[in-house]
Amino acid sequence: MFSYYLRLAFKSIRRNPILSALMVAAIALGIGSSMTTITVNYLMSANPIPEKSDVLYHVQVDSWDPHNAFNDDDIPNQLTWTEATNLMAANKAMRQTAMAKTGGIIEPSDQDVKPFEASARLAFGDFFSMFNVPFLFGSSWDAEADQNRSQVIVLTKRINEQVFGGVNSVGETLSMFGTNFRVVGVLDDWQPMPKFYDVNNGAFDESEEVFIPFFLKEELELPNWGNTNCWKSPEGEGFKAFLRSECINFQMWVELPTQNDKAEYLDFLNSYVSEQKDLGRFPRPIQNRLSNVMEWMEDQEVVADDAQIMLWLSLMFLLVCLLNTIGLLLAKFTGKAAEIGLRRAVGASKGDLFFQHLVETALIGLLGGVFGLLLALVGLEGIKSLYGEFVRDLAALDFTMVLVGLVLALVSSIAAGLYPTWRACNIAPASQLKSQ
Amino acid sequence: MLKMTEIKKVFRTDLVETHALRDFNLHVDEGDFVAVTGPSGSGKTTFLNIAGLLETFEGGSYQLDGEDVSHLNDKQRSQMRNEKIGFIFQSFNLIPDLDLFDNVDVPLRYRGFNAPERRKRIEQSLDLVGLANRMKHLPSQLSGGQQQRVAIARALAGEPRFLLADEPTGNLDSKMANSVMSLLQDINDRGTTIVMVTHDQELARQAKRNIYVRDGKVSELHEVSELPDAVTA
Repeated sequence: MFSYYLRLAFKSIRRNPILSALMVAAIALGIGSSMTTITVNYLMSANPIPEKSDVLYHVQVDSWDPHNAFNDDDIPNQLTWTEATNLMAANKAMRQTAMAKTGGIIEPSDQDVKPFEASARLAFGDFFSMFNVPFLFGSSWDAEADQNRSQVIVLTKRINEQVFGGVNSVGETLSMFGTNFRVVGVLDDWQPMPKFYDVNNGAFDESEEVFIPFFLKEELELPNWGNTNCWKSPEGEGFKAFLRSECINFQMWVELPTQNDKAEYLDFLNSYVSEQKDLGRFPRPIQNRLSNVMEWMEDQEVVADDAQIMLWLSLMFLLVCLLNTIGLLLAKFTGKAAEIGLRRAVGASKGDLFFQHLVETALIGLLGGVFGLLLALVGLEGIKSLYGEFVRDLAALDFTMVLVGLVLALVSSIAAGLYPTWRACNIAPASQLKSQ
Repeated sequence: MLKMTEIKKVFRTDLVETHALRDFNLHVDEGDFVAVTGPSGSGKTTFLNIAGLLETFEGGSYQLDGEDVSHLNDKQRSQMRNEKIGFIFQSFNLIPDLDLFDNVDVPLRYRGFNAPERRKRIEQSLDLVGLANRMKHLPSQLSGGQQQRVAIARALAGEPRFLLADEPTGNLDSKMANSVMSLLQDINDRGTTIVMVTHDQELARQAKRNIYVRDGKVSELHEVSELPDAVTA
């Protein structure tokens, strides 16, 4: 009977093309607006590294002001240089990397390429294997290079194309920060979304353009890029005094394959903080935390409040569109009263008619969903033009979102059709048969 | 075949109660052809709707084909309508955007026949009413008489034992009315029981029995052969 009902639904839509078009348009508008915001929220809250998100942990310790919590009773979201280097030196995790953002001027050896500014990530060699960063050429630097503060560098594909014309530049020399670096690797395309490893400096910003060993921060006295927070002034003047102050500007991630590893690492953190307390630091109660990737995204509220408000507003708009659809369906099914009466007379049960009209409603919903997805594409283009380049990767419909859009259209149109369909099935057939 | 005993039907609004049927008694045998006449508002159509299980009743009993219908649920009533009853209406009640084939197909769909069986029945029914060659026409492409023939084909396609006709010739001129009446007589001759509501005395005379309904009751019941030529019901 389903194919029969489907055929009847197509006929019914053709019979009232204007009314049907209005219903499809109402659903399409609702789906278009809600799918635009759902897509943005979905991509904002997507798991950027699903294969490892449960074993990668962001490290937090509470080294903050004894009189004021860092932020609404929460603990600091970054580490001091002291903690970053101490925890790295302890080497308690399977893989680990402290990191920070910096940047400087790259001076290409090719005189035709002008010097330009580039962002850089200071990290340990484990960064690349921990976060499954793909290499086009070469590889990461090793632990020895970390300890020796070797002047090695990993380039992104874009920088390699810009400076070396895209050829394998491993072994070449690149001048940055006024210093020569030896290229050891070139990354393939890599842009985790959100940029989970450092959400403090723009969760949806592009990844840094070059990567260099962490200790070069101190060696080359590289500047802080991104958020730096302090609760007391550095003791002394100069770069090194600031570096060793209680200011936080560093992130740290560890890879802990099992829950047991996690528990042990947390014990280690607690012991470390206790030791520091003995040295007169860490005046606040012990509050250390390990958050896996998704917990960290949630903790840092990566999905922006205004995006969530937009989502709720668009869902309200969908509701208004569905209320309009209910009215239009009532009008449409009232116009079919004679046919419904006839079908009842010749043997259709209420259930038969309910299913028939639900199929019709679902077909209208599906058509609305298809047009709604086209409108969502337009909406996402609008968001791109409104918010600029940084939402480029957020404003795109993938297969999952297309499926969600169609299912949402189907479910919401069926929900909207329940009352009109129920009314249609309860039309008294006798009155319709006589009055025709 | 059809046995109504002391049937009551009251229509209620906030202000008024209308007794459409009061202690309505009727017994129709298998193979009978009964014409129901009476003034407007006498309860003829209400009787027909109750007989066709399109309306419920409040008192008395109704047995159709030996089965008490008062306790049937919606699905059972629908099934009984589909299998045992055919309807013919004054306004034909064809679905305008379905061709003749699909219009006749409607009751068969709810019967659950497979496609070849449906096709066979549709072709036979349309052939019986002389419209087999116009299967793909829409109702709007037919005359009123032809449309009523399609409605009859639709009613017969499921081979019901009981045909209910409500003013089947009411929208037709006399020539077409006679043609439709002749078709109904043929159908009755083949064994289908027919109950027909009509205002047309001449048509009523062509049935086997006449009943006259007044104020929701059967007031007269006659074999047509007993009636004088000039008086029917």
